[in-house]
Amino acid sequence: MTTINLLWVVPFLPLLGAFLNLVFGKRLSRGTVHFVAVAAVAASFFTAFYLCVGYWNPAHPLDWQEGPLWRAYLAWKQGGKVGAFGVSEHLWTWIQVGDFRVDMKLALDPLSSVMLLVVTFCSTLIHIYSTGYMEHEPRYAAYFGYLNLFTGAMLILVLGASLPVMFIGWEGVGLCSYLLIGFWFENEAYATAGRKAFVVNRIGDFAFLLGMFLLWWATKGQDGGASLDFAAIRHVGEATPIYYEQTFWFREHLAAIAGVLLFIGACGKSAQIPLYVWLPDAMAGPTPVSALIHAATMVTAGVYMVARLSFLFAASTTAMGVIAVIGACTALAAAFMAFAQTDLKKVLAYSTVSQLGFMFVGVGTGNWTGAIFHLMTHAFFKAGLFLGAGSVMHGMDGSGDIRIMGGLKKYLPITRITFLVYCLAIAGFPLTAGFFSKDSILAGAWAAHGDGWPAFFGKMLWSMLIVAALGTAFYMWRLYFLVFEGEYRGKDQVAHPHESPINMTGPLMVLAVLALVAGFIGVPHVFPHANFMTFFPEWLSHSVKPMWSEDGHASVLPHLSKAVEWGLMGVATLVGLLGIGLAYALYGKGPSPWVERFTASEPGRGLYEASKNKLWVDEVYEAILIRPFRALARGTFEIIDRFMIDTVVVNGSAFVVKTFSRIASWFQNGQVQRYLVGVVVGAAAIFLWTSRAEHPTFKYRWTADGIEFRAEPGHGLRRDARVAWDFDGDGAPDPGETGRQVTKKVGEVGRRVTMFVADPVFGDKQSKPPSWRKVTRNVVVPSEGRDAAAAQGGQP
Amino acid sequence: MKSILIDIGYSHFLILAAVLFAIGTAGVILRRNILIIMMSIELQLNAANLTILTFARMHGDLSGHSFAMIVIAVAAAEVAVGLAIVVAIFRGRRHVDADRLNLLKH
Repeated sequence: MTTINLLWVVPFLPLLGAFLNLVFGKRLSRGTVHFVAVAAVAASFFTAFYLCVGYWNPAHPLDWQEGPLWRAYLAWKQGGKVGAFGVSEHLWTWIQVGDFRVDMKLALDPLSSVMLLVVTFCSTLIHIYSTGYMEHEPRYAAYFGYLNLFTGAMLILVLGASLPVMFIGWEGVGLCSYLLIGFWFENEAYATAGRKAFVVNRIGDFAFLLGMFLLWWATKGQDGGASLDFAAIRHVGEATPIYYEQTFWFREHLAAIAGVLLFIGACGKSAQIPLYVWLPDAMAGPTPVSALIHAATMVTAGVYMVARLSFLFAASTTAMGVIAVIGACTALAAAFMAFAQTDLKKVLAYSTVSQLGFMFVGVGTGNWTGAIFHLMTHAFFKAGLFLGAGSVMHGMDGSGDIRIMGGLKKYLPITRITFLVYCLAIAGFPLTAGFFSKDSILAGAWAAHGDGWPAFFGKMLWSMLIVAALGTAFYMWRLYFLVFEGEYRGKDQVAHPHESPINMTGPLMVLAVLALVAGFIGVPHVFPHANFMTFFPEWLSHSVKPMWSEDGHASVLPHLSKAVEWGLMGVATLVGLLGIGLAYALYGKGPSPWVERFTASEPGRGLYEASKNKLWVDEVYEAILIRPFRALARGTFEIIDRFMIDTVVVNGSAFVVKTFSRIASWFQNGQVQRYLVGVVVGAAAIFLWTSRAEHPTFKYRWTADGIEFRAEPGHGLRRDARVAWDFDGDGAPDPGETGRQVTKKVGEVGRRVTMFVADPVFGDKQSKPPSWRKVTRNVVVPSEGRDAAAAQGGQP
Repeated sequence: MKSILIDIGYSHFLILAAVLFAIGTAGVILRRNILIIMMSIELQLNAANLTILTFARMHGDLSGHSFAMIVIAVAAAEVAVGLAIVVAIFRGRRHVDADRLNLLKH
């Protein structure tokens, strides 16, 4: 990979814009705020365009300067097409712990170049559109700050060269999504929707982290494996496939577990079953946000991540099967839920979930290029649809209820035309962008034949998708007819709908053009003269791992005969037209009476209710997940927080301190006389305690001469004290025995020996007999062998 | 005939001093009238004086006497200052009850 040093600019510019608007925005004028925001993303787009493709030198109109990625591509072509190509930039070392080393590294290759251009381009248009849509917003700077922050985080996600760096962006876009869904947080329901999105995404992010750890564990010790760098872990898997194919759990490949864990992360971000529930609620955010984050860019991050890790997923047909089945189920279920929605944005939200399901079927069948192709065209027409919806709501004073619309083509001509184009594209009308991309996914699904998959697997996916495509065409055109055709039904609510200003319709028109023509870069091979127009899959194929083989060569697309390919295309076209026709028949001139009759009686009523209530998924989650979880939370709250922490730890320690302080303050009450009581009592106690040791005493021991008695000079035995002894036990001092140390024969000593002490303090020197203090001890003399003991001089 | 004085030893002096000191201490602790408290303190000081003098005589050492003189001088000074304070308090408050003089307590 070639190293360049301009890549950091692309995410940095929007982040800088976010910094300016979030920190200084309150003091800036509205003009400055949106100039900073729009300029930041526009400059980011132009930088990205230069990096990927190149630029025209204005001074020499014919002098085309190639960008770094394009130069790398040309060099790679000249060098015999060996390996992969791309450019990267190493900024700094982010984490280094032992062997684990993560570099803050950005990489640009064909896959990320597509995302890069789509993100920056859509973001620029939507920033421009927002200047009109959010015109009267009081928190104008905060809105643009968040929007810029989102763009920056999304670009980090796209450009990150390793999983941890991608995860920064992954979490960053999640944060911005939360902030922008709950942008009007004064409305409790909107704030709740933001929290719901955040919490559901956390579930996915946890699995994403686990998958990341598992990959690190599997590749640590390998060349570069400990960095989780995409190129390095791909290299590990290709050089030594055993690392991803080792048996791990339930005798399945490690790649399957890691892949499914990462896919759960993608489910959260990209709103797939079972974690899709946040996306419809996310429509609480401002409509341009829905267009940018919840349609065009952020929600496709999961698809991008799976394509980015194609080498890992390609190693496990189990993981791919899981992805494909979940994608197909999501596509079907969400299409069904969209039928009976009455809110303009809700229909589009379920449509987004459904289209993301299409993309996951694409990556789940190894059709990476088809998925990314659909991701790109979907970004154009779905962003357009949301912006169109925003334009309609702008004209309808903020209402998104399609029951009060109708006939708006009179009032909003530009919005109507562009909306028509987007609806054609999403329904797969021939030669529009959606037609080619959807056909690519459908064809890939039809031909998919992975190891261990049943033979009908691909056909089953295809038929699920074709039903979903029929539904898509139907509900999108139902929406179109209800909003723009027929009679205007909302005269009571909004008297005069009006067209939006040019800064809103401009982006609509640009996106409409792209929704028409963007498909021509990925035309199937079977088309005549399609050589250049198949550029897109070829370009992308350098970044992803081919899963199929065609004529013995590895191929990113499964092999299909021309006849089958034309046939599939024909079926898809027919299905699209059928959906449009059905919608026209039922809603072409306002809701037809047949619809009323159908939904009023069984089984139509049941189906209608099921679709309107979104198959009661939220209610089921509420019953089986949220309520038990809430009960658990309440239980732990009562036991741990309320009882253990509040009562025992906090109030308990306070109680102990209070009790002791009461006792202490009872002593320290300021009454000097009471202190004095303490002093006197203490002094008396000390006096008594110390005087205990002051009594004189004596000791004795056996010696060779007999028993030696020695007066101990305790505190009470003064130097000038007189000492007398009574050895015979008659209670009076023996005459002449006044020494402090006396040795007596064994026979001369009785059982009780008394020492008499008289000193000038306690006894008068002169008085006769003196007032003695007596110290009496029993002398232990062994009954046998006294002499022997005496002879040995042993101790008694 | 034995003189009564001969039977009076050092211990008697010490016991008397201890009794005086105990009375003084009890007065300081139990009474609430500052004037009485000060008188009790005087009693304690003089009990201490008596003890010092007893020991000085016991050891035949004059330094104890000088201690006692210093104590008497300090006690005089203390009484002069203390009585002045008591008089000042009485002028302001019309009482000298120690328990009620708790202005600095809270």
